[in-house]
Amino acid sequence: MKGILNNKTPYFFIAPTLILLTMFSLLPIVIALVISFTDMDLAGLADVSNISFVGMQNYLDVLTDPLFVQAITNTLYYVIIGVPSVIALSLAIALLINFGRSRIFTTFRVIYYLPSVTNVVAVAVVWTYLYNPSLGLFNYVLNLVHLPDVQWLQHPIIAKISLIILALWRAIGLNMLIFIAAIKGIPRSYYEAAQIDGASSWQQMRTITLPLLRYAIFFVSITTMIGWIQFFEEPLIMTKGGPLNGTMSVALFIYNNGFQYSKFGYAAAGSFILFISIIVITLIQFKFQNKETDV
Amino acid sequence: MAPKTKSGTALQWLLGILLTGGGVVMMLPFAWMIMSAFKTESEVKQLPPTLWPKNITFENFSNLFVNMHFGTYLSNTLLIVFFSFIGLFLNAMAGYAFAKFKFKGKDKLFYLVLATMMIPGQVTMIPVYLLLNEMHLTNTMVGIVLPGFVGAFGIFLFRQFMSTIPDELLEATRLDGASEVRTFFQIVLPISKAILAIQGILTFIGGWNSFLWPLIIANDEKLYTLSVGLALLKGEHGSNYALQMAGSTFMVLPVVIVFIFFQKQIIENYSISGIK
Repeated sequence: MKGILNNKTPYFFIAPTLILLTMFSLLPIVIALVISFTDMDLAGLADVSNISFVGMQNYLDVLTDPLFVQAITNTLYYVIIGVPSVIALSLAIALLINFGRSRIFTTFRVIYYLPSVTNVVAVAVVWTYLYNPSLGLFNYVLNLVHLPDVQWLQHPIIAKISLIILALWRAIGLNMLIFIAAIKGIPRSYYEAAQIDGASSWQQMRTITLPLLRYAIFFVSITTMIGWIQFFEEPLIMTKGGPLNGTMSVALFIYNNGFQYSKFGYAAAGSFILFISIIVITLIQFKFQNKETDV
Repeated sequence: MAPKTKSGTALQWLLGILLTGGGVVMMLPFAWMIMSAFKTESEVKQLPPTLWPKNITFENFSNLFVNMHFGTYLSNTLLIVFFSFIGLFLNAMAGYAFAKFKFKGKDKLFYLVLATMMIPGQVTMIPVYLLLNEMHLTNTMVGIVLPGFVGAFGIFLFRQFMSTIPDELLEATRLDGASEVRTFFQIVLPISKAILAIQGILTFIGGWNSFLWPLIIANDEKLYTLSVGLALLKGEHGSNYALQMAGSTFMVLPVVIVFIFFQKQIIENYSISGIK
């Protein structure tokens, strides 16, 4: 009798979460895929008979939509400027903190990590104020050192950079922790051997630390890249994708089409393109990861 | 590592100064936010800007509650935090089953759970909205809570931790005639205090910051959370920066306090789970 009980118990324990995950994570994928081949909109929401199958039309339209192309271009900007900056800064800070001998250096972890846990909406509101052309702190500081005003959020290209700076500020903390964990994972004996051979600190960093951090660097670049593809709250709150769609992101494009214009089928097609690109990037990561462990 | 030479000490000081400088830059937006929140609206518009508020005022904060509906937003947010804690227990239950039971399809089901971690919110937001609409749950608190009620990451962390509970202990409790549910609540949960604490903190921060689902599912301001309310405040009072900073301070400060209080546990948790 106990055996029967034991057989049922685990299912009882996992049932609530599995049902919820199926309903709100797995089933939605199927629904999204199906409606991405239809012209589902508000009329379709009211009455199913208004929905018709349109084949690949949504995908063809999205890929030729100038706004979507613009969103992809912006995302490339974010990735090309944002990913190396995130890696350089968080790695530099991780190395500096790790190099410190005093216990004070561990408190720096808290300070640099703090922006990562705070509410993104509040942060976006605060930075919009900092970026304000006439009242903002940044332009005031620039004027103090006799530099001209910067149109932080008013110029299509500068606005992209402004959002990258904000995202950088938020991203340093978590990635710094990943790097610190990876640095601590390097066996001490490597350094001891190098010291016996008379290698300087700089040489040790260049020949031991950095090469052994290869995988951590790769991991951070992949997750950061995926984060940029999903970039959403900051442009939604700070710029609404403007000026001149200069900060429009793929995620914001999907949100606008789905919930502002109620073009559910069209938005679902856009979201699937986003999903597929994330899967491709993740697969590349796994491939490299396996190679790494083979060595 | 390096011998404590004179130049080594100088280098340490240089490192400290560099990191302090960077830390000041990192904290600057928070400092400016808090100081502006206590200024009057006219002082915020003053040029050149003042660093410290001339007359410290709490008017902005009271405005949030008197003229805006931050009281409603706050109770909605706390309600979501409360529900998230129930979700946390469901995650713990599932993590326990995956860690300590043998059953048919266990590995496949666990991979399925892990796979949901990869699905971005942007893909599920439209179908979930349609689903909830079909169930007549849009614009209800249940509809806001359900999509993020349980999470794969939480299940994963609970499973990792609970795998370390010795089987003998569970067997002994069972031999004493305790039911499986009682074993879970009286043995497994108390042993898992450490992971429960970390998950509890993260659940609080996540619930407090919840934005996407309330934004999509709530049409009625009565159901808005603090995040959605703050976004609305920025849209409606775009030039009232003192008021906006008060709203942001109100959102950010509780998380900062919780975080500083529990920073050691949170950072260690990320250090363990982050890279793996």
